[in-house]
Amino acid sequence: MSKLYWGGKMEVITRGAVITEPGNSVENKTGTWRVFKPVINYDKCIRCLICWQFCPEPAILRHDDEETKMKTPAPKEALKKLPVVEIDYDYCKGCGICYNECPVKAIDFVKEEK
Amino acid sequence: MNYEKEEFFAPGHGMCAGCAAPIIVRWVLKLAGPNTIVTNATGCLEVATTAYPRTSWRVPWLHVAFENAAAAAAGVEAAAKAKGEKLNIIAFGGDGGTVDIGLQALSGMVERGHNVLYVLYDNEAYMNTGIQRSGATPWGAWTTTSKVGSANPIGKLRPKKPIGRIIAAHGASYVATANPAFFQDFKKKVQKALSSEGAKFLHVLSSCTTGWRHDPSKTIEVLRLATDTGLFPLWEVVDGDLENMRITYKPKKFKPVEEYLKMQGRFRHLLKNPEYVKKLQDDVNAWWEKYGHHYP
Repeated sequence: MSKLYWGGKMEVITRGAVITEPGNSVENKTGTWRVFKPVINYDKCIRCLICWQFCPEPAILRHDDEETKMKTPAPKEALKKLPVVEIDYDYCKGCGICYNECPVKAIDFVKEEK
Repeated sequence: MNYEKEEFFAPGHGMCAGCAAPIIVRWVLKLAGPNTIVTNATGCLEVATTAYPRTSWRVPWLHVAFENAAAAAAGVEAAAKAKGEKLNIIAFGGDGGTVDIGLQALSGMVERGHNVLYVLYDNEAYMNTGIQRSGATPWGAWTTTSKVGSANPIGKLRPKKPIGRIIAAHGASYVATANPAFFQDFKKKVQKALSSEGAKFLHVLSSCTTGWRHDPSKTIEVLRLATDTGLFPLWEVVDGDLENMRITYKPKKFKPVEEYLKMQGRFRHLLKNPEYVKKLQDDVNAWWEKYGHHYP
């Protein structure tokens, strides 16, 4: 990482502009770009993971732990064996691919209100 | 080992909302796993994922100039070989950095037979610098350097360069076209490419919401139509054997090209004249007439 000198006024860059911290773009909260916001309706979600598969950020998290799988509502009890998806609004840019591709229309696309 | 649940491409990158390139990159990295080194030609992907001092890459990543992603990847591969390390060396390039500017380096890499996977994400113009035409721009597309007006009502006047066939003619060990909308096919091809030895080339169609002019949410829908209309056929060639090219997907019923065109602003002008639409449809029909028998 670069170091800040002169109280942040001057930045000394690393030699060769090398970035030594992998994946540190997580500091950029691209969720502020959003105009429309996808909201998952868990009573309809069949946990097919298509939204997770096509998310370009990735801003759709996949939970494989038993606790989250069981406690999240599902349209059928048997579906609770499958992984659960959750939208990470810190990074979701609101492109709407998940909303468009969801085979059971379990994702609503609503105007962002602040 | 299966790394599908892990992310090697971090969120927070600056790619446009609805861009298909990060979907491609994410999945290529997931399927390759952590034992990977990436070289990246200049383009949207490079500019937007590594704005100093931050990077979205969780694997070693090397930025090179516009033209030499393949040459740098070849060097990395030679070094890994000298050290006796078994790594996945992957080069990513857009259509500008592959089809036009990087073609020479790519040709050399394939000819020398380096064990590298080159992934072309093809958004059919120089989108990063402001939608200029490239060798991969299809006939009839509007770009800022193939403007549409009374003098030229068509847009780009030349067809798309058949880059996959050009690389396959070099004798590359594996060449395929893929489309993320046909996900299982795409995944299978990436896996096949990663597991074969020698120079591999994947031509992946990637829609650009700003350049193709469609709603960001329609990205996958547009890509699906590209193949369902027959405009972007999915095929693979092993060891440069073009005679035995294999088409991996053929729509049961082809959709009319008009459906693909009307979704995108860059083709809007073509719809005003049925002759232009017919020309494109005839081109598609001719392709399938010529190569359709390669579908098993």
